[in-house]
Amino acid sequence: MSNIVNIQNEVVEEFSMFEDWMQRYEYMIELGKSLPLIEEQYKTDDYIIKGCQSKVWVHADMKDNKVIFTADSDAIITKGIIAILIRVFSNQEPQEILKANTDFIDEIGLKEHLSPTRANGLVSMIKQLKMYALAYENKQTQN
Amino acid sequence: MKTEAAERINVEKIREDFPILKRKVNGKPLVYFDNAATSQTPQQVIDCIVDYYQNYNANIHRGVHALSQEATEAYEKARITVQKHFNAKESKEIIFTSGTTHSINLVASGFEEFLSDSDEVLVSGLEHHSNIVPWQMLCEKTGAKLKVLPMTEQGDLNMSQFEVMLNENTKLVMVNHVSNALGTINPIEEIIQKAHEVGAKVLVDGAQATPHIKPDVQALDVDFYTCSAHKICGPTGIGMLYGKRDLLEALPPYQGGGEMIDQVSFEKTTYAGLPNKFEAGTPNICGGIAFGRALDYMNNIGFEKIQAYEQELLEYATDRLNEFENVIIYGTTTDKKTAVISFNFEGLHPYDVGTLADKMGIALRTGHHCAQPIMDFFKIPGTIRASFCFYNTKAEIDLMIEALQKANTMLL
Repeated sequence: MSNIVNIQNEVVEEFSMFEDWMQRYEYMIELGKSLPLIEEQYKTDDYIIKGCQSKVWVHADMKDNKVIFTADSDAIITKGIIAILIRVFSNQEPQEILKANTDFIDEIGLKEHLSPTRANGLVSMIKQLKMYALAYENKQTQN
Repeated sequence: MKTEAAERINVEKIREDFPILKRKVNGKPLVYFDNAATSQTPQQVIDCIVDYYQNYNANIHRGVHALSQEATEAYEKARITVQKHFNAKESKEIIFTSGTTHSINLVASGFEEFLSDSDEVLVSGLEHHSNIVPWQMLCEKTGAKLKVLPMTEQGDLNMSQFEVMLNENTKLVMVNHVSNALGTINPIEEIIQKAHEVGAKVLVDGAQATPHIKPDVQALDVDFYTCSAHKICGPTGIGMLYGKRDLLEALPPYQGGGEMIDQVSFEKTTYAGLPNKFEAGTPNICGGIAFGRALDYMNNIGFEKIQAYEQELLEYATDRLNEFENVIIYGTTTDKKTAVISFNFEGLHPYDVGTLADKMGIALRTGHHCAQPIMDFFKIPGTIRASFCFYNTKAEIDLMIEALQKANTMLL
């Protein structure tokens, strides 16, 4: 089993302990309030992903064949979900990131946030994570 | 006065007309406070739509058969209902469109041949994108200058500035009757009068006013007035453009097609008269008929009663929101606006608050409300907007307050 699937399973297990939506959201808000996820210098328009309502910034780096993502948002709930996505996708190999799906979001009861109709930029964020992974993968094959 | 208003409108009975108000969202009874985006539809209007498709669905203005005649009659009768509602002089001054955006684009496109680079077009700073972008496009095409009438901190238009900006080059003035983001009722009487003094024509976007106010286009002496049926208990995809007859006659057709023609040959086509000139193709027949039914429904309740009751909801909600120490309410005082409150909580993102409120069954609008210039003015990413309709209740406002308290506790 890939690392990503392992982490996804961990997240699903964590969320299964919550009894209702309020506990789930309280947990996400807590995650959202934790330390900044991105360095201040990357919170500029160059790194922004435009959602309609909440802003999302993403930065990627490559270390030891693994993509390191950092990201942030101006809305706490969005930030909480970003924290989960980073935990799953960051520090993984580009090929693994490209192969991964986001079904676990549905399993932890947060499906609505990844609906394309939701104006929070998360759908575009995941697309962006995969674009970075693809770019790094291409770079590797070229080298 | 206030308690009288509440007695005069029978909310419980009215709520029975709206089947959607019985549904649950996230396991909680729906509290629908996004009426400024779209209003809910009463059973009477739903029945009217069903009746059309079950009994007399046909294309209009061309068939000699019974169904076509019945449909034509119902569609044209709806036009008269709309005419009477807005007190237009003639029914041919009412053009059915797909809604306010379509109406505005129709006028903007028509003015293309009348404007040149020495002309000026004045748009209020309180506008929704659909009353900004078509005029920007018109100015790009014609070289005319787009000027923006600024607003004050209170969310009112700066009227002394208006007089300074008006001059003999001003050809068009655009303003909404009521602001969608803040609910401000604009002094359109004064705007129309002053614009006419310099010879400018005025288009009033009535999308947000018509759910609350019954405008008299003749008394206002307005040149163009627009509205969308889905904000006044009608279906989506239908609305109207009112225009003074001589102006509509002078404007070129917006789209070509069937219905809008008189004679067609490959050498030359002559156009039909009003209103058909602007209704190319098969129109939204059912929509038009249902639009008329929706106006009948609202007039049966009565706009005076609606206004008095909604004002009461607005004041109650404002008082209850002010119980929060960290609340910031945008816009003008309650007596100068319709039943809309745009607000934020200090330190909280509107998206977070809206998301949690939705979990508790409360439908609020969050974001920039398609009026980014207003949000830029207040230097905020957006607001939370609660907009009330005559079928809402104080008990629902209490549920909203409870949800907002919970959201505050969770987020702060």
